[in-house]
Amino acid sequence: MSEFLNFHFEVDGDNFVSAGQASVQMKKNMRQLGLAPEIIRQVSIAMYEGEINMVIHAHGGVADVNVYEDRIEMILADKGPGIKDIDLAMQEGYSTANEQVRALGFGAGMGLPNMKRYTDEMKIETVVGEGTTITMYVNLK
Amino acid sequence: MTALQLTEKFGFEPLAMPAPDHPVNGCYIGDLLSWVMGRAQADNAWITIMSNINIAAVAALADTGIVILAENVTPDASVIQTAQAKGINLVRTPLTAYETAVKISQDI
Ligand SMILES: Nc1ncnc2c1ncn2[C@@H]1O[C@H](COP(=O)(O)OP(=O)(O)OP(=O)(O)O)[C@@H](O)[C@H]1O
Ligand SMILES: [Mg+2]
Repeated sequence: MSEFLNFHFEVDGDNFVSAGQASVQMKKNMRQLGLAPEIIRQVSIAMYEGEINMVIHAHGGVADVNVYEDRIEMILADKGPGIKDIDLAMQEGYSTANEQVRALGFGAGMGLPNMKRYTDEMKIETVVGEGTTITMYVNLK
Repeated sequence: MTALQLTEKFGFEPLAMPAPDHPVNGCYIGDLLSWVMGRAQADNAWITIMSNINIAAVAALADTGIVILAENVTPDASVIQTAQAKGINLVRTPLTAYETAVKISQDI
């Protein structure tokens, strides 16, 4: 568990027209590491949803992906508005996305449910007015 | 069938075809990106009328085999270049999403 690879990304909060760069880069990194396609897909989907949420709900943030021998850890941290009601936010279809981002295809309220579905473990720490940190794990075995 | 074979067989207008041999199996129709992200399967043909740049990232991360823009929607300026750079096959057709799916259903 002590040896791991870290990939760090700054996620720009202003550019939601071409968001998802960190996830696309991470996917390339995972391909280079020779990870199994199904693992790569799980991490890509979960990380993308988390990255987009930081962009459209929290003015950006930072993403750290740590690749351990037995699992991949994704930590997405922002200093956005926080999530008032986590249970409500986790429900399929719940979204506070504005018209502008809905016009781009976001705001179905499926991002957090996707993150849960495609990871083995997910933890949300959030303080209203201070920010949100989401940690997700995908097991490699 | 490969992305190129599908494109040629049905006369789709190729906008970017950087991965012509990418297999295409099954189909998903949708415009809401998180639905596509969560429900489309790897190698699917993704039929959509969403034409902004975010479709390139979604297609790349969800591993779809080809993106088919229905109803002749015009992609935003940088979409074609981005698709090319990210290895995303992107084509266009005047057919509706439904007509497109019906047409290709026997071959995917
Ligand atoms: N990082 C975050 N900071 C603040 N609020 C968030 C954050 N992530 C999610 N939320 C809140 O949780 C809601 C549900 O998130 P979820 O990702 O499921 O849906 P969405 O982003 O609104 O739409 P979609 O992901 O389908 O495009 C959001 O609308 C928002 O209110
Ligand atoms: Mg979301």
